[in-house]
Formats: sequence, structure tokens, C-alpha cells
Amino acid sequence: MTAGIDYLLHLADNALVLGQRNAEWCGNGPVLEEDIALANISLDLVGQARLLYQHAALLKADGSTEDSLAYFRGAGDFLNYTLLELPHGVVPPGAAGGTGAVGGVGGVGQIDEARPAEVKRDYAVTIVRNFLYSAWMLGVWQALLASKDSQLAAIAERSVKEVRYHLRHSRDWLLRLGDGTVESSARTQAALDHFMPYVPEFWAYSAIEKEAIDLGIGVDPQALKQAWLALAQGAVSAATLHWPDALAANAVALPQGKNRQHSPYLSRLLQEMQGLARAHPGASW
Amino acid sequence: MSPSIAHPEPVDGSVDKASTGSGRMGSEWPLWEVFVRSKQGLEHKHSGSLHAVDATQALQMARDVYTRRQEGVSIWVVPSSAITASSPDDKGEFFEPAGEKIFRHPTFYAIPDEVGHM
Repeated sequence: MTAGIDYLLHLADNALVLGQRNAEWCGNGPVLEEDIALANISLDLVGQARLLYQHAALLKADGSTEDSLAYFRGAGDFLNYTLLELPHGVVPPGAAGGTGAVGGVGGVGQIDEARPAEVKRDYAVTIVRNFLYSAWMLGVWQALLASKDSQLAAIAERSVKEVRYHLRHSRDWLLRLGDGTVESSARTQAALDHFMPYVPEFWAYSAIEKEAIDLGIGVDPQALKQAWLALAQGAVSAATLHWPDALAANAVALPQGKNRQHSPYLSRLLQEMQGLARAHPGASW
Repeated sequence: MSPSIAHPEPVDGSVDKASTGSGRMGSEWPLWEVFVRSKQGLEHKHSGSLHAVDATQALQMARDVYTRRQEGVSIWVVPSSAITASSPDDKGEFFEPAGEKIFRHPTFYAIPDEVGHM
């Protein structure tokens, strides 16, 4: 009896992976105020993930807990969008998987254990990703308010308020950086160009989503695409940036995390996040 | 001795370092004082200060820095440079004379029970 559970895990993994990524700024923020803002956003996301994992664990009824789902699943089991696992920098072409990736032939769908390229953290990259994802999740959570899964609808009600603020925060910075200096604008544009090819994963159907839609639990991502495009293009234009052409191109070649196809960066992220729980199973404080 | 409460940095209108990712650019942004109302009916109280480029950003940052534990229902931000503060040098003539005027406290009256706590 797993109907709809993978959909919950997909939503939970999204929140957890981006929450973990953004938490890398904790203590390293560009200014104190932003350090705290990013930590708040991370904690919102981890909070969403917890509620979703708890709900999924209850439905699984096989002894799973929120901790076992977060800490004891491998990269090949995670269902997050690939976009969310990438580091806070513009990854060199090929390094993030896809055709010609470090995974080599059949790289798509494989978890590559080779060391992925190190990249320097860039706040513009963080902001652009938070913007793209928050703008998308605003539509997702709003639609999930009508989910037949009443617990999921309740989680949506809480999350929609959080994501509105995440969107406000990231959109505000997108405009400041995009319409800022020559350097801030160039970096923000580079981040946008870098991430945009991963965005079509938002609305490309997965088997998990199709099942959830049939059950009346999940949202139809295709139905959210136009609203997202309007929101995102409006902000990009207000930020005096240009909309990347890469939106449609390459989309097929890139790994799609919600189909369990990940970049090598997810394994690294999980190693750090899961290391403690795996070294001391069942530990608590 | 500066009369200003927090020695605000000059506003140079620049956010040039905003995306360089290096250094503590916060020190180049103007300072804002943050006032938070903890619940309806109560007054706004000073919570602290922060650096921000403009009022909009100051408000948003105040939300993140000073209301993350449900401290408030309303926030004011004020440029620190707009506040004129008393000087510590004036402490003697400003504040010390009030110390011996106990008759200014309404403690010489019997308060009826119906009034309750004052």
C-alpha cells in the first residue's frame, strides 16, 4: 500500500535537500542579517520536510519514521528536483550530470561517486534558485490546499505562508542584484542561465505525479506552468535580466531527480547530512 | 561626543559590494533602529538595530532578525540617523536631579482595592 506515498516523499525531499543546501550559508552569510534570513528559510523547509516525512511514515506503517526516511535512504531513493541539490555556484558544463557528464555513458540515472567539481559559493546562485523554486512552490502549495489527502492539505496551508515569504525574500534580492552593479548583474544572469535548463523538470510528468493526480492527492504540474512563467518572467524583466533561451533546450538530457536521476552532488550533500545519524543510529538528545 | 545613538555610517547609496561575496559589506550600509510591537494594544518597543540598504529591506531583515521567535505583530524601522539622543555627558543635569524627588511617585496615596494593580 504505497499509493501516494512517493509523492509525499518527493515533496519532502525537495524541502529537505534545499533546506540542507541553504543551511551551508549558516555562519557564512554575506551579512549577518542575511545569514539569519537564510537560516530561517532553511528551518521552514526542514519543518515542511518533517511534517511530510511524518505523514509518509504513518501511511507506510512499516516501522519507518521521519528520521529513517531522511537519514537512511540513499541518493538513488531521493525524489527531489535535481535543481535543488546543485551547489551554490555555477557548475562547469557536464559536471552536474546529463550527456557528457562525469557519469559517462548512462550517466543519467546513475549516482556518480566520483568527486564532483568544487565550486565557490555565490549568493546570486542561492537567490536565483530560491526564487525559481519558491515561485514554483507557491503554485504547488496553493493547489495542494484542495488535495484529497487532508493532512497534505493542512501542511499546504502552513507551507503556503512560508513560501510567500521565501518568494518575497528571493524576488527582492533578485531585483537588487539583477539591477545592481555590473558584477552583480552578470553573476545573477549567469546563475539564471545555469539553472534554467533544470526548470522543465518542474512540469515534466513523472509516474509518481501521475499516480498522485489520479488519486486526487497531487497537483497537475502542467497546470501550474503558465502562472509560473508569468511570475518568473515578470521578475526577471523587472530585474533587468534577460530570460534564458535554454528553457526548452537540453531539458531532456539533464538528470531528473523526481525520477531518481541525480547529479553527483546529491551524494555529497547526503553524506554530510546523514553522516551523524548513520554513525550513531537511534541517537537522540 | 556624538549625540547620535549609534554612529550611523554615511549613506553613500551604494550596494556595490552586494554580490561580491567577499568581506562584510554590512558595515557599508546605513543603520536602522527596529521597534517591535509584541501584541495588539501594546506599544512598539526598541528591539535593536541592523544594517540595510533601504527601508523596505530593513523591514524585511527586521522580520528575520527580531521576530523569528514570534516576538511581534508589527514592526517599525527608523533610520538611526533620524534619532537625536541625549549625551552621556549630560547625565548629571538631565537625570540625577530626578533621583531625590520621591514625591513625584504616587506612593503617598491609598489606592482603592477596586483599582487593582497599578
